[in-house]
Amino acid sequence: MKMSITTSVSPSPQFYCRSAPASALCLNIQVQSSLAAVFAQALCHYPEGDPVLFPVAAHDFASPTPSHHTTGTPPALLHSCLLSRSLRSPSVWVYVLVTLPFPRDSDIILLTEVYYGSVELNMGSLLSQLGLECGRKEVKEEERHLRANDRELNLSYKYADNAIKTSKYNIFTFLPLNLFEQFQRLANAYFLFLLCLQLIPEISSLSWFTTVVPLVLVLSMTMAKDGSDDINRQRCDRQVNNRKVEVLIDGELRSEKWMDVQVGDIIKLENNQFVTADLLLLSSSEPLNLVYIETAELDGETNLKVKQALTVTGELEDSIEKLANFNGEVRCEPPNNRLDKFTGTLTLKGETYSLDNERVLLRGCTLRNTQWCFGLVVFGGPDTKLMQNCGKTTFKRTSIDRLMNVLVLSIFGFLALMCLILAIGNGIWEYQEGSKFATFLPKQEGVNAPFSAFLTFWSYVIILNTVVPISLYVSVEIIRLGNSLYIDWDRKMYYPKSDTPAEARTTTLNEELGQIKYIFSDKTGTLTQNIMTFNKCSINGKSYGELLDFSGQRVEIHEKTEKVDFSWNNLADPKFCFHDHSLVEVVREGNPEVQAFFRLLALCHTVMPEEKEGELYYQAQSPDEGALVTAARNFGFVFRSRTPESITVVEMGELVTYELLALLDFNNVRKRMSVIVRSPEGKLTLYCKGADTIIFERLNPSCSKLKEVTTEHLNEYAGDGLRTLALAYKDIDPEYMEEWKLRHHEASTAMDEREEKLDVLYEEIEKGLLLLGSTAVEDKLQDGVPQTIEQLSKADIKIWVLTGDKQETAENIGYSCNMLREEMTEVFIVSTNTAEEVRKELQTARRKMRPDGPEEPTVTKSRSGLFCLLKTETVADEPVDGEYAMVINGHSLAFALEKDMEMELLRTACMCQTVICCRVTPLQKAQVVELVKKYKQAITLAIGDGANDVSMIKAAHIGVGISGQEGMQAVLSSDFSFAQFRYLQRLLLVHGRWSYLRMCKFLRYFFYKNFTFTFVHFWYGFFCGFSAQTVYDEWFITLYNLVYTALPVLALSLFDQDVNDRWSFQYPKLYAPGQLNQYFSKRAFVYTLLHSGYSSLVLFFIPWAAMHDTVRDDGKDIVDYQSFALLAQTCLLIAVSIQLGLDTHYWTSVNQFFLWGSLCVYFAVIFTMYSNGMFLIFTSSFPFIGTARNSLNQPNMWLTMLLTSILCVLPVVAYRFLRILLWPTINDKVRYKVRQDKVLPPAPRRVQARRTSTRRSGYAFSHAQGYGDLVTSGKFLRRSPKSRPALFSQTDSPLAQTQPQFYRTISEREEPPLSSWD
Amino acid sequence: MATSFSGEEITDRKPELSVMGKAKANAGPLARRPDNSAFKQQRLPAWSPMLTAQTVLPFFYSMAAVCVLLGVWLLVTVQNTHELKVDYTHAGSCDKCFEKRKDRANANQSCNCTVVFNIENMFKGDVFFYYGLINFHQNLRQYMDSRDDGQMIGRKENLKNPSSYCKPFIKDKNGLPIAPCGAVANSMFNDSFTLVYHSAASGPVVHVPLFRKGITWYTDKNVKFRNPQANKTQTLAQVFEGTAQPLYWQKPVYDLDPWDRNNNGFINEDLIVWMREAAFPNFKKLYGVLNRAIEPFTEGLPAGNYSVHISYNFPVEYFQGRKEVVLSTVSWFGGQNNFLPVAYLVTGCLILLLAVILTAVWWKFGKNGRNMEE
Repeated sequence: MKMSITTSVSPSPQFYCRSAPASALCLNIQVQSSLAAVFAQALCHYPEGDPVLFPVAAHDFASPTPSHHTTGTPPALLHSCLLSRSLRSPSVWVYVLVTLPFPRDSDIILLTEVYYGSVELNMGSLLSQLGLECGRKEVKEEERHLRANDRELNLSYKYADNAIKTSKYNIFTFLPLNLFEQFQRLANAYFLFLLCLQLIPEISSLSWFTTVVPLVLVLSMTMAKDGSDDINRQRCDRQVNNRKVEVLIDGELRSEKWMDVQVGDIIKLENNQFVTADLLLLSSSEPLNLVYIETAELDGETNLKVKQALTVTGELEDSIEKLANFNGEVRCEPPNNRLDKFTGTLTLKGETYSLDNERVLLRGCTLRNTQWCFGLVVFGGPDTKLMQNCGKTTFKRTSIDRLMNVLVLSIFGFLALMCLILAIGNGIWEYQEGSKFATFLPKQEGVNAPFSAFLTFWSYVIILNTVVPISLYVSVEIIRLGNSLYIDWDRKMYYPKSDTPAEARTTTLNEELGQIKYIFSDKTGTLTQNIMTFNKCSINGKSYGELLDFSGQRVEIHEKTEKVDFSWNNLADPKFCFHDHSLVEVVREGNPEVQAFFRLLALCHTVMPEEKEGELYYQAQSPDEGALVTAARNFGFVFRSRTPESITVVEMGELVTYELLALLDFNNVRKRMSVIVRSPEGKLTLYCKGADTIIFERLNPSCSKLKEVTTEHLNEYAGDGLRTLALAYKDIDPEYMEEWKLRHHEASTAMDEREEKLDVLYEEIEKGLLLLGSTAVEDKLQDGVPQTIEQLSKADIKIWVLTGDKQETAENIGYSCNMLREEMTEVFIVSTNTAEEVRKELQTARRKMRPDGPEEPTVTKSRSGLFCLLKTETVADEPVDGEYAMVINGHSLAFALEKDMEMELLRTACMCQTVICCRVTPLQKAQVVELVKKYKQAITLAIGDGANDVSMIKAAHIGVGISGQEGMQAVLSSDFSFAQFRYLQRLLLVHGRWSYLRMCKFLRYFFYKNFTFTFVHFWYGFFCGFSAQTVYDEWFITLYNLVYTALPVLALSLFDQDVNDRWSFQYPKLYAPGQLNQYFSKRAFVYTLLHSGYSSLVLFFIPWAAMHDTVRDDGKDIVDYQSFALLAQTCLLIAVSIQLGLDTHYWTSVNQFFLWGSLCVYFAVIFTMYSNGMFLIFTSSFPFIGTARNSLNQPNMWLTMLLTSILCVLPVVAYRFLRILLWPTINDKVRYKVRQDKVLPPAPRRVQARRTSTRRSGYAFSHAQGYGDLVTSGKFLRRSPKSRPALFSQTDSPLAQTQPQFYRTISEREEPPLSSWD
Repeated sequence: MATSFSGEEITDRKPELSVMGKAKANAGPLARRPDNSAFKQQRLPAWSPMLTAQTVLPFFYSMAAVCVLLGVWLLVTVQNTHELKVDYTHAGSCDKCFEKRKDRANANQSCNCTVVFNIENMFKGDVFFYYGLINFHQNLRQYMDSRDDGQMIGRKENLKNPSSYCKPFIKDKNGLPIAPCGAVANSMFNDSFTLVYHSAASGPVVHVPLFRKGITWYTDKNVKFRNPQANKTQTLAQVFEGTAQPLYWQKPVYDLDPWDRNNNGFINEDLIVWMREAAFPNFKKLYGVLNRAIEPFTEGLPAGNYSVHISYNFPVEYFQGRKEVVLSTVSWFGGQNNFLPVAYLVTGCLILLLAVILTAVWWKFGKNGRNMEE
C-alpha cells in the first residue's frame, strides 16, 4: 500500500496568492501518476461546501480517461472531484487553489489521514509550507528545528523535555480545579444555583442542608474518585519519568533519568529497552543500520518492524567520539499524533537528507533483536507521538442518555410550569386572603401580591427540585459501573487459553448493549482465529489427513484424538499436530511423490526463518504459508535458512542447499507462485503452487487422470471449508533456463511495461507442469461462531461482515459460519465496475426480494434531541419473503456509498438477512456503519480485532475489540473487549439485555418515586396558601433520595434479572424489546408521570381526609403540621417501597436486606431525629421532637398508611396482572414457562455442525503481493553494510517500488491489494 | 447545555495507551480468571415471584375482605362517638362582639357573649372541649417559621436575643425583646370559655368543670417548652424581666394563667397547644377535658341545654375566618372522622369488584395458558 512518492510542493506563483483572499493558499504540486488523483481527492474531499477547490491549470494531460481502478480509494470521491479527470500521466503539474477557512489545517491533515492513511502523502510539510507562504497567523510550533549535541541552541526553542505529566492536579490545585470541573456539569451547577437561592431568606423554603448534604456527598464522591485516579496517574508518571537511559553528554555516556532527557540529546538504547522519546535513528549494531522494534505499546501489534538509519548517520556506529561530534541539524514537522508519518530533513555538513517515518523510533516501542542503537531525540515527553495520541477520545453516549437529557429538560419545563401555577395561585391567594391575614403575619415592606408570587416561584423551585434529583446522575453512573464490573467478572467470557477476561473499557454504554440492531463484524481474527492449520493433503491421488476407523468410517477428530508422533524429527515444531499416521509412514518410507510434495512446500514460499534461543521460527507473511512450511518441516523437510541465491533445507535429516534461480512471485492476477531451483545434483526444477483452477490450466496433459482424482479431493476439502492449493512441478532444461534467465533479466530492468513483460515470461515457463497434489489448510473459525451467529440472528440482530478479504474467502467463511446457507432463496453478488451497473444490480435485487414494494423508500422525518434540533431521517424496515443475502465488493461499495445511491444500498442491504462486504477499506467500513446509523436510527455495534477495524469501531455506537493475536489497536479504541467472538452473544443477550432492563427499570422507578414525592408538595400548596411550605420534614427531604430509597433501587438495578442467563440464551427473542426501545421511552415516561400523579393524589388526599378533623385517642392534637408531615412521609415511603417490590423480579437476599433495611433505617432515623437529645443539642434543626412517639402509636395513622398503600399498589397489580393475562410480553411468556417447568434449560449446545456443501473453497494465499522481491533482495540477510551491492540502489531495484513493504505488518494483510497501482 | 448531563467525568474511559509496561498482578496461567462467586457471576440465589392467578386472585379477595371488615368495624366505632360543633363567630350574643372586634381600636376592651346549644344524647365517657378556627392559616411558611424554639426551651440568650426567624415580632417598639417571639405566639388564640349546663328540668345552672391542664403532648410540656432557669428567689416575672409581651397579648407570658402559678411562662398549656401549628387552615385545638369527678358529669356530658360563655377576644373577621367550639368524645380510633371507615368500605367494594373482573378475565383468557404460548 505504501509507496514512495516524490511529492514536492513548491510555493505557487505569486499571482495566485495576491489575487486570492487572505486565507487562500496556492499550491503547486508535482506528483507522479495516479497519486495526483489521490492528492486531489484528498483535498477535494474536504467537507463539501466549506472550502473552495478548483484547478487553475493543469497541463500535460496524457490520457483523459478516468481512473477509478485504484482499489482502496473510493472512486466515488474521484467523481466528485474536478481534478481527477486529468491526472493520469506519469508526471503532471497541477496548480490548485485551495481556500481554507482557517484555522482548519489540522482538519485537512486529519482527513487525508483518515482517507488515505496508508499513502505516504506529504501533507504535513505541504501545509507547513502553505502556512509559511501565506503568512498565516502562527498558532503554535510550525517547524521543529534542533541540532544534535547542542543543548544551548535546542533549549532556546523551549521544546518540552522528556518528562510526562498525565496527572491533572497537584495538592494545591486539586480542590479548586476539581470543583471547577464538577460545577461545569449542569446537574451540579443547578444544585449550586439552588443553594444560592436558599441563601435568600425571603425565598428559602428549605433549610440549607437539604441541598448541601446531597451536593457535598456527590461532590466528595466524585472528588475521591478523581483524586485516586490522579494519584495513580502521578505514580505511573513518576515511575516512567524515573527510568534510566544512557545519554551522551559532554562526550561521554551517562545514565540519566528519562525526564532529564532533552530534545537534541543523543541516547543509547539497548536490546529490549523501551524507546525513551521519539528518536531519529542514527546508527545501530545491526547490518544496514537496521533496528527491529516492537510497537505493542503503541499500536498493539506484536510483530517486529524494521527501521533503518540513514547511511550517513549509520557510519557513526558506536563511536562515542564521532557521535559526540555529530552536529546534524534536524528540521521537521511540529509534534502531531500521526503514528505512521514523519517528515523532516537532516542537514549534515552542508548536505540535506530527507527523513521519513522509517528513520524514526517512537516512544513506547521496544527495541528487539538489536544489540544497541543510537538515536537523536526529536520529540520529548508530551510532544511524542505516543503522548499526542493520548488525547481525548470522542465521548460516546447512549440513546438512553440522550433520552434522559431530553426528559430532564422537559422535566425542567414541567417544574417551571408547576412553579408557575403555584406562583399564580400564591398571587391570587395573597390578593384575596393574604392581605387580610397580614394582621397575624405582617408583610414585609414592598411585598405585594405579584412580588410575593415571584418569590414563591423561586421558593417552589427549591422545594420541587426533587423532580431532577442530583442522585439520579450518581445512581446512573453507579449502576453502569456495576454492570460493567459484571462483564469484567464474567467467567463465561474469560478465555483461559490466553488468560484474557472480558473487559468493559467504557463504563457508560452498558444499557445500549441491550438494544443492538446491527452488528458489523470483521472477518479475520474475529470470526476466524487467524490460525491456519495444515489439515489435509492429497498426494498423487491419495488423500491424507482423514482418520478412518476399521469399517472405513470417518472418525471425528477432537482434542483427545491421538496425534502423530514427530519425535523422530528433532527439528519438528511441537505445536504442529496431525492425526493421520499413514502420511508419516509414507514419508519415512521414502515415497518419491510424497517427498517431492514436501520438498515443494519447503522450497516454494517467501517465509523467513529466524532462530531464537536455538529454536527455529518462521516469519511468514500470511499464516497460510507458515502453515504449509511448518507442515513440511514436521514431515522431515525443514526449511532452515535462505540467502538471496540459495535455500537451505534439511531433508530427512540431511542438509541440502538449493540454488535459487528465480522466484516468480505471487500476485492477484497470477494467483500462483513458483521457484526455480538447482539441486546440489544440478537438476533444475520449477516448483509451483497456486489456485487449483490456475494450476490445472497449466498441467501437462499426462496427469489428467490424477487431476480428476485430485479435483475430487479438492471438492471434498472445500466442502469442509478448507482453503486449498494445488502443487505442481516441472523439470527444466538447463539451456532453456539460461536463455530464459537472460530474457528475464532484460524484462526486469525494462523501463516500461515491466510487469507485463515479466508476466509473459512467467506464463511461458509455468507450463506443462506435473501435478503433485493439493493441500488443504483450515482457516479455523473461532469456537462457536456459527452458533453465536445463529443466536444473534434469532435475536433479530442483523450481522454484516465487512472484510478486506477477497470475495471468495469471504463467501466461504460466510458459508462456514452459517451466515450464508445453501437453502437461502438467493445470494446477490454485486461486483461491478460502474456506478450505473451497481445501481442496476441493487435495484434488481431489491425488486426480486420485494416485487410489489414501492420504488421510493419510506422515509420518516422527525426531529429529536435537545430542543428538537436534530433532524433525523429514518428509513422504514421493509418486509421480505424468503431469505436473501448480499455480497458486495469494495469497488461496487464505493459507488453504492455515493450520496445518490446510498439509499438504494441501504434498502437493499437491509432487506437481506446477511450482508457481506468484501475488499473494503477501513474507511468504507466506517462509512457503511455511518450509513446505517444515519438512516436506520438503530443501535450499531462493530466488532473487530485489527487496526483496520478501528475506524468502524469508533464509528459505531458500540465498538468491541477482540483481544487476539493481532495486537491491541482495536481493543484500545473499543468500548468492550474480549478474546473470542462467541462471547458476543453473552455480552448482548445476557449482559446487554440485563443492563438495559435494569437501567430502564431504574429510570422508571426513579422518576416514579421522585415525581410522587414532589407532586405531594404540589397538592399541599393548595392548602397552605401557596406559601411554599413543605409537606415533609426537611430531613426527610434531605435523606429520601440519599438514604431511604437509594439502596433498594440500587439493588434492583444491580441484581434484577427477569430470567437467568440460560433462559436468555434459550429465548433470544427476549432481546427484541430492547431494540424497539420498549422498556423506557417518552411514552413510558408519560405513563410514569401519570402513575405518579395518581399515587401522589392518593398519598396526599387520603391522609388529608383521614386526618383533617380528628384527634388522638386521648383527645390531644394530631392534625398538627408535624404529625401530618410524619404521616405523609411514612405513607410515601411505604408506598414507593411496595412499588419497588412489585418491580423487582429477582429477590436476592441483598434486595430483601436493602428494602427492609431501608424501612428500618427510616424508622430508626426518625425516632432518633425526633428524640429529646437531638432537639436539646440542635434545637433549631430538629423541631419535630416527639412527633414520632406521639403519632405512631395512633391506630388511625397506621390505618391511613395501610389504605394509601392499598390504593397505590392494587391498581398497579391489577393492571399488570391483566396485561400478563391478555397481552403477555415475551418476557412474561418465558417467565411463565420457567415457572411451569421449574427446570434448568439445557446448557447451550456446543456441537460443531459439519457442513456438507459442494462449494469450492477459496484459495490460500495472502491477498497482497508477496515477499518475493524482498527475499531475493536479501535486505534482511546481508551481514555487512559495506557489502551493499550497487544492484539494489534505489533506482532500478524492484525493492525501490515496494520499499515500505519490508516492514509490512501482518495486520495489513487485509487491506486490499494494490496491484492496480503498479 | 444538557450535553454535560450524564456526568462524563464521573466515569471516564479507562486511560488509553497508558503508561508502558504494566505488570500483572499475580502470575500464573489463569492469573486473571475472575472469581467464581455467586455474586460476581450473577447467580445469587433469589426468589422470583410472578403475578399469577394463584397468587393475585386470592390476594385480591382477601384484601377486599380485610378492607370491608375493617370498614365496618371502624364505622361502628366511629358511630359510637359523639361530636358537636357550635359556630359562635356571630351566633347568639356574640354578634356584637364580632362587630366590636372589627375595629382594631377596641382591641383592649373586653367583650363577653354567650352561645346556647342543646345536647340531645348524652356524651358518654371522656368529653373533650375544643375551640376551632376556620380559614386560619397556621401553615403558611413564613408564619410557621416565625418562632424560636430556642427561646421556648428556656435558653437565656435566646430569651433576650430572639432568633431572626421571629421577624417581624422580635422586638417591640421600645427595643425590648419579645417573649415569646414570633408570629405564631403573637397570634395566640385568646378567647376563653366557660361551659354551663342547664339541666333539662330548668334546674340549677351547673358550671361544667374542665381540666385545663394535661391537654398537651407529654414531650411538648416536658421537653420542648421550658421556662428559663430561675434561682430559688426569683419569681417568673423577674426571669422575664427585660422582655416585652407579644404585641397582641393582653397579659405577659408569665401571667397567662392567673389561677395556677405553674402553668405560666412558656409552659402554659394553652400556649403549647397553640404553638403546635395545624397542618390545614381549618383546625380545632384542645381547650379542656371534662372533669368527670364531679356530678352529674361522672358518666359524661348529660343531654340537655348548655351555654358557653365566651370572652370574645380573637378577631377573625379580618381573614373571613370563623370560630367554633367543639365537644367530642373519642374512641380508640380517635375523634369522630367518618372518612377512614367509609374509605375502607368503598375500597373494599372496589377491590371486590376488581377481583371479580380479574377472575372473569382469567377464566376466559388466562386459565389454560394459551396466551402464554409462544
